[in-house]
Amino acid sequence: MRRILSGILAAAVVTVSVALTGCGGASNDKTTLKVYNWGDYIGEDVIQKFEDKFNINVVYDTFPTNEEMYVKLKAGGSDYDVAIPSDYMIKKMINEGMVKKINLNNIPNYKYIEEKFKNLSFDPNNEYSVPYMWGTVGIIYNKTMVKEPVDSWNILWDKKYDKQIFMLDSQRDSIAVALKKLGYSLNTKNKDELEKAKNELIKQKDIVQAYVGDEVKDKMIMGEGALAVVWSGDAVYMKSQNKDLEYAIPKEGSNLWFDSMVIPSTAKHQKEAEEFINFMCDTEIALENTNYIGYSTPQTEAKKKLDPELLKDIAAYPTDEQMKDCEVFIDLDASIKDYDKIWTEITSR
Amino acid sequence: MVKKVIMKSYLGLILLFMYLPIVVLIAFSFNKSKSRGNWTGFTFKWYEELFRNSQIKDALYNTIIIALLSSVIAVVIGTLAAIGIHSMKKVKKTAVMNLTYLPVLNPDIVTGVSLMLMFVFIGTFVKMQMGFLTMLLAHVTFNIPYVILSVLPKLKQMNTNLYEAALDLGASSSYALRKVIIPEIMPGIVSGFLMAITLSIDDFVISYFTTGSGVSNLSITIYSMARTGVKPTINALSTLMFGGVLLLLFIINIRSDREEKKRKSIKTGGMEV
Repeated sequence: MRRILSGILAAAVVTVSVALTGCGGASNDKTTLKVYNWGDYIGEDVIQKFEDKFNINVVYDTFPTNEEMYVKLKAGGSDYDVAIPSDYMIKKMINEGMVKKINLNNIPNYKYIEEKFKNLSFDPNNEYSVPYMWGTVGIIYNKTMVKEPVDSWNILWDKKYDKQIFMLDSQRDSIAVALKKLGYSLNTKNKDELEKAKNELIKQKDIVQAYVGDEVKDKMIMGEGALAVVWSGDAVYMKSQNKDLEYAIPKEGSNLWFDSMVIPSTAKHQKEAEEFINFMCDTEIALENTNYIGYSTPQTEAKKKLDPELLKDIAAYPTDEQMKDCEVFIDLDASIKDYDKIWTEITSR
Repeated sequence: MVKKVIMKSYLGLILLFMYLPIVVLIAFSFNKSKSRGNWTGFTFKWYEELFRNSQIKDALYNTIIIALLSSVIAVVIGTLAAIGIHSMKKVKKTAVMNLTYLPVLNPDIVTGVSLMLMFVFIGTFVKMQMGFLTMLLAHVTFNIPYVILSVLPKLKQMNTNLYEAALDLGASSSYALRKVIIPEIMPGIVSGFLMAITLSIDDFVISYFTTGSGVSNLSITIYSMARTGVKPTINALSTLMFGGVLLLLFIINIRSDREEKKRKSIKTGGMEV
């Protein structure tokens, strides 16, 4: 026993000394750029290409949710130069002075960003963020089980599909579905409207099979349900795995979401960060990213080079008409407590 | 007869319950499709992708180094602490034991955030970046109580006279510690060590909050894939890790078997003479 233990100890010491000398060997004259992104959310060779082209060393880290990223940046102790949070989180970070202004003169590729994705509500003057990926929330349904046209959120309340419906296990997304069904804004702070949305969701709960997260993809592909609320990027993937699946954006409107690049106020290399953002908006790179991730790109030139079949797919690229009533989430400030409360009431029922 | 069948099937059921998930995971690491829903054919491509993915490789490396280092450090500190606690007077002992239990009962998120705030606070005085060192310190911190808790029972079982007898026979206190106490409590130390390794590999919350830029472990990497879905490369990695642990267990078992045989043969040999 003791010999084993001392053997392990020796092994540990050796590996650590190797690790330390390995670290010491890293180049000192190169600038180090620190990037913070969602997990598995960038083309496989993109970082390497950037490092080679600009002779910059990139430290690349990932986070699982906006909230966890926020806590990490808010506490200090980290000095990321580029981060890629979602819309409502960017608004919150702007309000709290956690992001720097981006000088768009240093980002010539910004001209490729589609006009409709500029001047968004969370960053009205394009001062702080450059869009990276975007998408919608909608209904994916199995054509063999759902014979009628799917064009409204109302279908998720249809008793015909008892125990065949999946909802998102996500407070804001699920409440947004009910609010949109009732014709309200999904950013409402009105307590009466929220109360009505709560009652709708409680009424619906009996026919919902489950509130799910990532596993909804496998469940729908295997045909375990008829209808599910999903993010558009996942819908593209599900459709590629099961030809019976189709995606629809309800006519009442839905949620339109963005993940955009920002420069946190703790950044030490603004110039390199802007170079990185510009690089990510490059046509070839944007194409590589959107092909790898499967989400929709806001870059017009990259979009033109995509598979024409994909461009026709409304899951990936809905028409302006379909997006007309879609809204972007806005940070709710204090009203988030009301959402918390009604979500608890719904899930505990 | 019936009793035997029931006993066997009960054992089988438990083993099935424990190992079926792992079998499924291993099977799907060879699945061509990314989905867990469809079986579309046999492939090694996830293993190839795994070896090309430098992010996962770095994370695996960090995980293993931190698990080993933090467990070794925690074992040293924890064992010495346990020996100290064992010889304390009643009231003091209860007080210190409660202090030891507290971190075990504390939710991870509380431990993680408070450690992070402490490191940030210290960082304002001393030039210290969050990173490998802070994560290692955090892991040592949450490992120590588990080592203490697994070593203490062994100390209680130990005959206190042994140590005194060693001293009476002329051993110095440090010699008695090395040759008498440590061998007696070795099983406790080893189980504490293994527990510490497991906890360290497992941990996400504390690691996430105490690491800095550029250093992430497997749990952080896997957990942050949740957005776009955990990829089968992770199945491949888990399969390899499971295989590695299995191999390690085999080696340890074979070695302890051999040592036992050796001891037995020495004993019987002595009797013959």
